[in-house]
Amino acid sequence: MLTCRSVWRKLAPLARPSSAVCRQSARRAGLNNGRIPTCVPAAHMSTGPAGGGADNVKYALMVGAACIGGLTYAYLTVKGDQQRYQERITEIASRSSKTATEEPAPIQSEPPAAEVAETEAVSEPEPEAAPSPEEPSPPAPEEEVLSPEAEAAAPSETTAPPPADEPAVEAAPEEAAAPPAAPVVEEEASPPSEPSPAELTEPPPAPVVESEPAAAAEPAAAESPEPQPEVVAESVDSTPASLKVPSHAPYLLIGGGTASFAAARSIRARDPGARVLIVTDELDLPYMRPPLSKELWFSDDPSVTETLRFKQWNGKERSIYFQPSSFYVNPEELDRAENGGVAVLTGKKVVHMDVRGNKVKLDDDSEISYDKCLIATGGVPRNLQVIERAGEEVMKKTTLFRKVEDFKELDKVSRSIKSITIIGGGFLGSELACALGRRSAESDLEVVQMFPEKGNMGKVLPEYLSNWTTEKVKREGVKIISEALVKSVTCKDDKLEIQLKDGRSVTTDHIVAAVGLEPNVDLAKSAGLEVDSDFGGFRVNAELQARSNIWVAGDAACFYDIRLGRRRVEHHDHAVVSGRLAGENMSGASKPYWHQSMFWSDLGPDVGYEAIGIVDSSLPTVGVFAKATANDTPRAATEKSGTGIRSESETEDTAMSPVASVTPALPVNHKDEYGKGVIFYLRDKVVVGIILWNVFNRMPIARKIIKDGEEHADLNEVAKLFNIHED
Amino acid sequence: MSYCRQEGKDRIIFVTKEDHEAPSNAELIADDPNDPYEEQGLILPNGDINWNCPCLGGMASGPCGSQFKEAFSCFHYSQEEVKGSECIDNFRNMQECMQRYPELYPQEEDKASSNSDSASAAPSDNSALSSESDSPPATSEVSSDSTSPPDVQTAS
Repeated sequence: MLTCRSVWRKLAPLARPSSAVCRQSARRAGLNNGRIPTCVPAAHMSTGPAGGGADNVKYALMVGAACIGGLTYAYLTVKGDQQRYQERITEIASRSSKTATEEPAPIQSEPPAAEVAETEAVSEPEPEAAPSPEEPSPPAPEEEVLSPEAEAAAPSETTAPPPADEPAVEAAPEEAAAPPAAPVVEEEASPPSEPSPAELTEPPPAPVVESEPAAAAEPAAAESPEPQPEVVAESVDSTPASLKVPSHAPYLLIGGGTASFAAARSIRARDPGARVLIVTDELDLPYMRPPLSKELWFSDDPSVTETLRFKQWNGKERSIYFQPSSFYVNPEELDRAENGGVAVLTGKKVVHMDVRGNKVKLDDDSEISYDKCLIATGGVPRNLQVIERAGEEVMKKTTLFRKVEDFKELDKVSRSIKSITIIGGGFLGSELACALGRRSAESDLEVVQMFPEKGNMGKVLPEYLSNWTTEKVKREGVKIISEALVKSVTCKDDKLEIQLKDGRSVTTDHIVAAVGLEPNVDLAKSAGLEVDSDFGGFRVNAELQARSNIWVAGDAACFYDIRLGRRRVEHHDHAVVSGRLAGENMSGASKPYWHQSMFWSDLGPDVGYEAIGIVDSSLPTVGVFAKATANDTPRAATEKSGTGIRSESETEDTAMSPVASVTPALPVNHKDEYGKGVIFYLRDKVVVGIILWNVFNRMPIARKIIKDGEEHADLNEVAKLFNIHED
Repeated sequence: MSYCRQEGKDRIIFVTKEDHEAPSNAELIADDPNDPYEEQGLILPNGDINWNCPCLGGMASGPCGSQFKEAFSCFHYSQEEVKGSECIDNFRNMQECMQRYPELYPQEEDKASSNSDSASAAPSDNSALSSESDSPPATSEVSSDSTSPPDVQTAS
């Protein structure tokens, strides 16, 4: 279809002259009929009234000869073009990458090239920038060139220099790849003009007419060789919205999440003028994930899904994005930026990694070489097999929560349905359940949470605490179904029916599956990097190195922790710490993972905790609790310290809506009330993990205890260090 | 009186305030201030500025990072009687750069013009990206003389 259009476009400007030619020749024939044939060659002079017939014959002969000549010429041209194209391609392949020199000028002098270039541009929406600007100007001169045949020679001359100019033209866009398309195209355009004066000796109009079919044949021939250069040309995205891909980045960070951003910042701080390129397949700039399941749900702002701003507990608002877009440099300007910078290439996925050649390939076939590379690809939410096998109807009503789009979608869906079920009782599932449960107070949304464990956070908290937490979650308006194993999910009457293995069943409108994260190790195969079989993720050493110039950080890194052994951590602070460490090591340091990362969670106004180290409920624990008062809540703690989001600075999180009323003092029966305290997780009598339960701003002490790695005889004495009775 | 209970492998202890009044006899290992592995504060043991300190937020890594580093270094090493008095040009460069990015460096006129302030405002992701460190994060207000640790109040 496009071929036809392009052919028509080519023919259109010439249809006029050719039709004029036809008219002229018809008129001539007509005139000749009525005229004494004095202007006719002597051979046909004898014709009188029959001269008209002879003229017609003559004309027919002319046209016939012209047709044959044209067809012959077209055939030869196509043949020659194929040959030339092959030569061209081999030459390009052997040519080493040239540096980019912008020279659009030579291209402008090639009018015939433009037409064929236009053809290409029509069929490829995102090709070279070089030919496209020239389209408007050349078609105009093109018409002038082709109608007067005398100037048919002119284009051939101007196109002759192009082969010489081509090296420069080729280099014009940054990608050496894109130019081959243009010169190839131009080259194919030049032959039509060149032979036209040479081969055809008939009157002027004919060659003009004939060069058109030849040129028309061009696009057809050009189309087939085009796919290859054009695929390469696609890498040069010249449309305003898309970005040019740099060919080299000293620091290449694969993945645009928390770890990547932390590394970028670290590199920039330590290596002045560093040029850092982040490549992410998401369309968003780097953002922080925790508010997606917490603060953003408690915002009063109805446009929160657009602004993605949340209010921290100290009243200050901020965006989930680490930095606004003005912080970043444009990828195509990264090379030229005087002081370097951080550039983010969004919407591009790295599909292949060549460790030997130090380069990666993107999904649009462009390549980026690097000096040092960080893999921070994070992970993809896991799904339940029963849901995956249940079919599309069920999948459409299932959310796998991880990214900004998932938040937007879930927010929208949750406003329009009557019942939602969260499968999974870990951090994400419980936080979402609480957030949606809070919402259910205002709307009439039923929130159900189901999981195989006995209580919320069953794999993290010791059983007594997990049970206590589950009661709190129920108070947030969530229907808890514990010890639930999903057998099947079916879609009936536009509702989902979840069958459990013990016979229970739940009918709901939408499912959120929060059943874990699968680390993204897609690049391991092409890069030849080791994948850990116990924890998943890329296996790296204590300095987060996979190879001498490749590091891995964040959720995808299975690293060696000198104190706690090999592990893989999926928390925000770990992404920050490991990203920063990787950045430091990429810019010359040789530091192992040493500063222990922490994590936190809030489940309603009564339950907030911070934790550090290995916090696994299968380990023996010792919990030291104080009698709770009304002041021992996350909210009270924040109000006192006046701090904002609780991240590593251990300030309170806005899990609670600012509008929430003050909670009454917890019941006097403190035997069963775990208001606040410290829980130690032990491995071989050494404390490897600590939870600070409703006790805040004491993380440094906890970190110190884990760092020491000592055997303590009496953990109550250790608990004294935390001053749990004080605020 | 403290109360103790065992639930399977988990031990639960309830303690009153009085129980915890006596100082702890738990032994902690003394920290080595020169430990190369440890996260450092704003000033490194050798006296240099730790540009990667979480307390600085994105100041040293943003578009005006180099100007900031120059200004702050000049100030830090200044031996003048009025510390940093010879660094006016550096601070002016920094301020000019920051004015080009109002989104990143919200302008507070009185603070920005002050010579002794290292930064008028840290970028808002300070708390989000600052990992827990022993030197608390800087505020969005003035972070004054580099030797005094910044306030516990985090930036937004």
